[in-house]
Amino acid sequence: MSYKQRHDGRKPDELRKIEAKVGVIKNADGSAFFKIGNTEAYAAVYGPRDLFPKFLQSPARGILRCNYNMMPFSGSGERVRPGQNRRAKEISMVTEKALMPLLDLDEYPRSVVDVFIELPQTEAGSRCAGICAAAMALADAGLTMKDMVSAVSVGRVDDAIIVDLDYFEEAYEDGPVADIPIAVMNRSKELTLLQMDGQIPKEMLIKAIEMGKAACDKIYAVQKKALQEKYFDEGA
Amino acid sequence: MGEVLVKEKEIVIPGQVLVKGMDAFPGSGSYRDKEEIYSSRLGIVYLDGRAIKVVPVSGVYMPKIGDMVIGRVFDITMNGWRIELNCTYPSMMSLKDATSDYIQKGADLTQYYNIGDYVVCKITNVTSQKLVDVSMREPGLKKLSGGRIFKVSPSKVPRIIGKKGSMISMIKLSTGCRIVVGQNGLAWISGDLENEFIALQAIKKIEDQSHCSGLTNSIKEFLEEKTGKKIEGVEQNEL
Repeated sequence: MSYKQRHDGRKPDELRKIEAKVGVIKNADGSAFFKIGNTEAYAAVYGPRDLFPKFLQSPARGILRCNYNMMPFSGSGERVRPGQNRRAKEISMVTEKALMPLLDLDEYPRSVVDVFIELPQTEAGSRCAGICAAAMALADAGLTMKDMVSAVSVGRVDDAIIVDLDYFEEAYEDGPVADIPIAVMNRSKELTLLQMDGQIPKEMLIKAIEMGKAACDKIYAVQKKALQEKYFDEGA
Repeated sequence: MGEVLVKEKEIVIPGQVLVKGMDAFPGSGSYRDKEEIYSSRLGIVYLDGRAIKVVPVSGVYMPKIGDMVIGRVFDITMNGWRIELNCTYPSMMSLKDATSDYIQKGADLTQYYNIGDYVVCKITNVTSQKLVDVSMREPGLKKLSGGRIFKVSPSKVPRIIGKKGSMISMIKLSTGCRIVVGQNGLAWISGDLENEFIALQAIKKIEDQSHCSGLTNSIKEFLEEKTGKKIEGVEQNEL
């Protein structure tokens, strides 16, 4: 049996419904909200600010710290135990590495930029939503950035190559599945995040990433609009 | 100038192409990569001859030489005061920069400035490692007593002050309050309660509408309505 028709009627390269908003958290230096399908992410950026404990400070450049957190009732199943776990630590780390190429922190020695990503509701693709929100929040915080980053998951379900897998597709059991979250810098089209869960042949992977890059362009357009809207609305 | 892809005063985001071609210069908030100039900030584009710059619309304050700022004394050392400037880095005011008085060796420094005092000072030096020096030996720089401190967005301070101080002097004139706005986003106000409130409302209004044109006029109308006094002799200079 093959996966011909996506269960929610989307085309293979069609994304779930996206919403984005910038400036949602008043006390943060920069903040953003990103929703894709049923996955919601809030990102708050604080800094550059003083870094303690002092031994973490780097005299050469500022550092970036990310924190990914799924809220206790954000999943569709059981309550998630609050706080750090191995999965959250790993995702925090890859988020940091996905965002670091954008930033130029040489200007801010001995300081830290803190990024907090909170997910009140998740249904697959949460690290991608987190990165999309964090990129907008970093821009909103007025930091020097080379570029913007957009992220989406691509993959295969049975023989079909699709973008933006939802939970049903990730958990598909009648054939092989691969879930590949990617993050793409908009200008250079370089990948800053590439992970994989499952298995996929080389040709399919190359095609999937190409589709992911096209999908990231669509996400970029939404991010750009959200960033510009914050300042247009205030002006109106 | 090459092919300009943005309009003046358009809001751009990091990584957006501003200009194609080699005959334009990237100013602050932008950078060149091969043929194109890109924005590196979320901000508003200004074209100035062949130069293009992006003025950020948000962000924390970064100390700059020559800025007049308001700071809080948070520590006293052997040779001066350490002052917090509402930004990432603390600053240092040495004894000779603090006052023109002669300070004897071993004198009690708290009689000049104590911990918790707010001062108006000027940034005299910023090193590459962001060690900041401030001075108070210039006219108009003083310790702030009475009144209260409030925060404004550092990127909107130029708008609050206005061209040659036109906006802030209008508010001072109409409300009779004494106001100091530091470049670092800390501000101080002193006056009677009602007028202080009107002045704060006006400043909040400027912050909210900082991108509108005709702001001076709408603030003028607002102040006239609230105080019931006519404002005269305010120049109409708009961006």
